[in-house]
Amino acid sequence: MQKTFLGYRRENGRVGVRNHVVILPVDDLSNAACEAVAHNVKGTLAIPHPYGRLQFGADLDLHFRTLIGTGANPNVAAVVVIGIEDQWTKKVVDGIAATGKPVTGVGIELHGDHDTIMRASKAAKEYLQWASERQRVPCDLRELWVSTKCGESDTTSGCGANPTVGDAFDKLYAAGCTLVFGETTELTGGEQIVAARCRDDRVRAQFMAMFDRYQAVIDRHKTSDLSDSQPTKGNIAGGLTTIEEKALGNIQKIGRKCVIDGVLDKAEAPTGAGLWFMDSSSAAAEMVTLCAASGFVVHFFPTGQGNVIGNPILPVIKICANPRTVRTMSEHIDVDTSGLLQREITMGEAGDRLIDMMFRTANGRLTAAEALGHREFVLTRLYESA
Amino acid sequence: MIHCVLHDPHDSVAVVVVEGVKAGSTLTGLILDEDRTIALPCVQDIPLGHKVALKDMAVGDTVIKYGIDIGKVVQPIRKGEHAHVHNIKTKRW
Repeated sequence: MQKTFLGYRRENGRVGVRNHVVILPVDDLSNAACEAVAHNVKGTLAIPHPYGRLQFGADLDLHFRTLIGTGANPNVAAVVVIGIEDQWTKKVVDGIAATGKPVTGVGIELHGDHDTIMRASKAAKEYLQWASERQRVPCDLRELWVSTKCGESDTTSGCGANPTVGDAFDKLYAAGCTLVFGETTELTGGEQIVAARCRDDRVRAQFMAMFDRYQAVIDRHKTSDLSDSQPTKGNIAGGLTTIEEKALGNIQKIGRKCVIDGVLDKAEAPTGAGLWFMDSSSAAAEMVTLCAASGFVVHFFPTGQGNVIGNPILPVIKICANPRTVRTMSEHIDVDTSGLLQREITMGEAGDRLIDMMFRTANGRLTAAEALGHREFVLTRLYESA
Repeated sequence: MIHCVLHDPHDSVAVVVVEGVKAGSTLTGLILDEDRTIALPCVQDIPLGHKVALKDMAVGDTVIKYGIDIGKVVQPIRKGEHAHVHNIKTKRW
């Protein structure tokens, strides 16, 4: 396996594989100004979202952590933050500025959209030209942070695409990379296998506390059971019957050798190399958005029936082993491992193909989702607003 | 051609991995964990990705895939039949 890739080394030492200048709204009201700035300054990237007003407590903390983490991600060169008012805007700016990267905040109140867009566009233009002169440099494989989450899974996910990620994770873990998986509900039926893979009793207790907490959420809100949403209608069409079956396919992504070294809250950054579990939703765009906010720079997304998801700043590599999906939705698939199911390639070869695509992607190749303009940015909410 | 795959030799269901599997055919199944094949009958049309039963199962039996419990039988299933939401249900929630 190669030991280096070409990345962008940021001010705080972290390494990114993209060089975005992001126009980041603090709240829903600021989306229009952000999109106007991205229209004015071609090559910058607005990432609109529907939240950021009257949230409180842990839900507000998660909102800030997600926005700050997104701006701080090393795939981002510089950020212009726009908010309706100055205080929360400054909070996001200060959080991103802690990384040392260029960031400017602009508030709309007392100025209006026109003046806001003009001031923000001036900053964005300077940042874009500055970013265009950043150069890729050789970086150690150990500096690469890789996340995974599957979607529109079917039975081929469990026997083809997901174990391909597992094989790659085993190899990247041994190489010293930083890795994450999550999807708390979709471990139901396989939670004891995950628990057995935890590094020690402390990590195991932390994992089980997160798992049990979510089971209690289900018990509180379910009407009969979760059969209308877990497995999803797409999962069932693809042949998955129960949540247990889906979970056992899901956990193929963590391979057979790597150990779960720690757990993370949503959008929390890991503190060292190894494999981390993030307590998260199993909805694809929510989970991938959280991975980006935690600082991961490349994502492995196995699919069976054909999920088309992308992310604004995190390149999402699609892996598929369903022969019909790779035929009918080929424009979305980066790595075809359908040969696994006909014994044409081994699992080791499939994992190597994914790792090869990981290096190509890290070095700059656009993923299918990037080429097709998929920029799903979906913030996780914990409860209703004030 | 491999028509279906199972993970563990003790599994009670296998996954159809090709399109057009018809009733009355004999399927070649690949056991992934052991890299060997078996032959099994198919008595119903089964879509790509859906499961075929490897043995007769009664109501209340546990269905095994990956060598592990994936749910319970809620309608009797005969060997070679389509096994899915109409005859298997979760034990959770």
